[in-house]
Amino acid sequence: MYDVLIIGAGVTGCSIARELSRYRLKAAVLERSSDVCEGTSKANSGIVHAGFDAKPGSLKARFNVAGSEMMADLSKELDFPYENNGSLVLAFSKEDRKTLEALKAQGEENGVKGLAILDGGEVRRREPNVQETAAAALYAPTGSIVDPFLLTVAMAENAAVNGVEFCRNCEVRDVKRAEDGTYRLRTVNTEDMTEQTLETRAVVNAAGVYADVFHNMVSARKLHITARKGEYLLMDRKTKGFVKSTIFQCPSAMGKGVLVTPTAHGNLMIGPTAVDVDDKEAVNTTQGGLETVLQKAGVSAMNLPVGEVITSFAGLRAHEDGGDFVVGECEDAANFFDAAGIESPGLSSAPAIGRSLAGEIAEKLGLPENENFNPVRKGIPCLSAAGLAEREALIREDPAYANIICRCEMVSEAEIVQAIRRPVGARTLDGIKRRVRAGMGRCQAGFCTPGQVEILSRELGKDPGGITKCGTGSGLLTGTTK
Amino acid sequence: MEKTVKIAVIGGGPAGLAAAESAVEQGIRPDDILILERADKLGGILNQCIHNGFGLHTFREELTGPEYADRFIRKVREHQIPYLLKAMVIDISPAGMPGGTGLTVTAMNAEEGLVRVHAKAVILAMGCRERPRGALNLPGYRPAGIYTAGTAQRFVNLEGRMPGHEVVILGSGDIGLIMARRLTLEGARVRVVAELMPYSGGLERNIVQCLDDYGIPLKLSHTVVDIKGRKRVESVTIAEVGPDRRPIPGTEEEYTCDTLLLSCGLIPENELSSALGVQMNGVTKGPVVNESLETSVPGVFACGNVLHVHDLVDYVSEEAAQAGANAARFVLGEIAEDSAAPVTITAQDGVRYTVPSSISLNRMEDRQLIRFRVGNEYRNAGIRIEFDGKEFRTLKKNILAPGSMEQVILQKKDLEGIKGLKNITLRVVQY
Repeated sequence: MYDVLIIGAGVTGCSIARELSRYRLKAAVLERSSDVCEGTSKANSGIVHAGFDAKPGSLKARFNVAGSEMMADLSKELDFPYENNGSLVLAFSKEDRKTLEALKAQGEENGVKGLAILDGGEVRRREPNVQETAAAALYAPTGSIVDPFLLTVAMAENAAVNGVEFCRNCEVRDVKRAEDGTYRLRTVNTEDMTEQTLETRAVVNAAGVYADVFHNMVSARKLHITARKGEYLLMDRKTKGFVKSTIFQCPSAMGKGVLVTPTAHGNLMIGPTAVDVDDKEAVNTTQGGLETVLQKAGVSAMNLPVGEVITSFAGLRAHEDGGDFVVGECEDAANFFDAAGIESPGLSSAPAIGRSLAGEIAEKLGLPENENFNPVRKGIPCLSAAGLAEREALIREDPAYANIICRCEMVSEAEIVQAIRRPVGARTLDGIKRRVRAGMGRCQAGFCTPGQVEILSRELGKDPGGITKCGTGSGLLTGTTK
Repeated sequence: MEKTVKIAVIGGGPAGLAAAESAVEQGIRPDDILILERADKLGGILNQCIHNGFGLHTFREELTGPEYADRFIRKVREHQIPYLLKAMVIDISPAGMPGGTGLTVTAMNAEEGLVRVHAKAVILAMGCRERPRGALNLPGYRPAGIYTAGTAQRFVNLEGRMPGHEVVILGSGDIGLIMARRLTLEGARVRVVAELMPYSGGLERNIVQCLDDYGIPLKLSHTVVDIKGRKRVESVTIAEVGPDRRPIPGTEEEYTCDTLLLSCGLIPENELSSALGVQMNGVTKGPVVNESLETSVPGVFACGNVLHVHDLVDYVSEEAAQAGANAARFVLGEIAEDSAAPVTITAQDGVRYTVPSSISLNRMEDRQLIRFRVGNEYRNAGIRIEFDGKEFRTLKKNILAPGSMEQVILQKKDLEGIKGLKNITLRVVQY
């Protein structure tokens, strides 16, 4: 019998897992994909929002502001890339200008610090590539950027070190409440299709776009989540410095609009679109979507370096009909805790949602404190970020640091091996990419795929034919030559 | 490790090998040279090009890629030119020699740690990379089974692994055409080659020998408009494009397949050169060079695919030999001073670029080779050479195609014959 089973190893599920590991319990995270961070958490803007967008009193407002305040310390504790770069919401018209005033007032009510309205001249002095037509901007000094992959991975690793189990390739098919109030989760292993039933005292539903499905298995008060697609374009790190802050446009009913932002690794990113789709697996980009992103980003910034695009991708936001997060114990299903409808600002809110929900669960279940909880996680020493002397030291310690596998991002064999060997380690090409950035650069894994396949094959003791991009069904090779 | 040499060569592929060999022939002692190679063997991309057709110009025989490379590797070994394998160059900086001259090349190597090589001259011979899917803005899913042609080639020829069984190829670059044949011979079914442009980007002989001979259709003016499959490619949809290169609605055709190969162009790999401050050519994405193949940074020379993408390795070797000889002359102080402004070379009307892009009359040899590519297919056309706006000569060309590198040779005596010559223009003229 588990104390807690968490469905979903996205940023929310991993945050809850890590916060729960502060208590003595038997807990596991069940993830249908081959890795953590495979859903919405891997395809978003990577923004820590200041917190002025959400309506005062909403859970979005509360968790966003609290999460944003936690993020800087968390980035030190868990060693993931985070930069407090500030954000600007541009105003192009008189109505926009009124919107800025309203956002500022709303932000202040939400407790966002340091908001100020800048005139167009000041905006362009700070950001020379912002269009001349931008007449003013709302400046939020607390706006930040974060690596969403490493945030998720870091929380998962830390949770695992502190005793939480991670079951990947483990799809939950059914959740039932037993007579005694405990839960039975029927799962299937997506690799070998074996079924299993797990018993638990409490369930956390952090299943992203599928959170409504699990909620509705136990509750009569139905949730309905729509997948809202957002398409993005990512540009080469050569474009570093094109903008320093995150540049928003005024929000609409569908969201925060198309932004132009640096990533935590110095790429330039533009997007997302916001289109509701019926298919909760539709992470495909579309010609129309990508054109929309380019067109709308061009409204904010001039001279966009479109020739430097290295990849495009799409993510699905989990939009609940009520428009707010659904966080907390289900009203008609005791010990079933939802973290549902976690769309933007979900990434920013994840640390606070984890803290809040874990506290609620611990109190409900009467979990004792885990005296051995270690809050610190050190990242994999990164060759490309190291100075010459540090590189020399890294190579001396482990000569595999000199064997560059990914030349675009300068990722060495040593880093890839560590990514695989760590707790909740990488098992796929995509898993390596998200942990150490191999294949994330301008050639998009053209050069490093064979090298990565070789290392994965060696480390996992698998034939290269069994190495996948992202789990079952995504094999890279289809056989041997004649 | 710290080492001082006369010439550091970045890259041990065909360009680097030929450049080093040529520098020795020009009088540099072999142990005054160091070749730095990223891979665990010399030869570069030729090692995976096991098809034949290499060396027709250089050796007057048909060799495979590894055989062609071997001819140059043997010479390097005969002359005992030092090379360091598994050495990834991470930086080239000026003022590396005592007295603030020369350059310092920094590399990483498992045995040696950080390697610092001080050199009077550096030859850039890093080659190029393939343009990936992301840079093409192809919409659709991002499953396994999308490879650049060169990656697929490596898997098949070096690892003995098949990247897929049912294949659609986008782009008609030479590697894609070669891989269409290679995969077919290995039992895969290549369903179609789609090319965005109304002409092929590859050599005519490859279209005949790799597609026509195997009944593989080539669809010009077509592109990929959708990729389906969440885990592994399940189908690829191609559509015809109009003159604006945009897909024409209603022309879509969906091909069931498990693999999409991309052969959509090569990009010179100049991150090191750019960081050094070498002036770049926006068309070639390679350094701007003068008649000596010297870049804007004195003592830094460039050759091969890092300079501009070649169609035949024979031309790479020839160009690299020139760069190696000039680097040697530079080191030996044999390159004449020239305070006069160089003669600029302008590419116009269908001529996309020229290498070199300027000539010093004082330094040039009796004959100067000018290499270039055209931007479209032309029949019954000519290349007009103009000296300061006046026609000097027009060379008749039955066919000009973007896939083939073109060249003209200029005579020093002709250039010297024009008083105060400032500019040479190359343009395509049609009859």
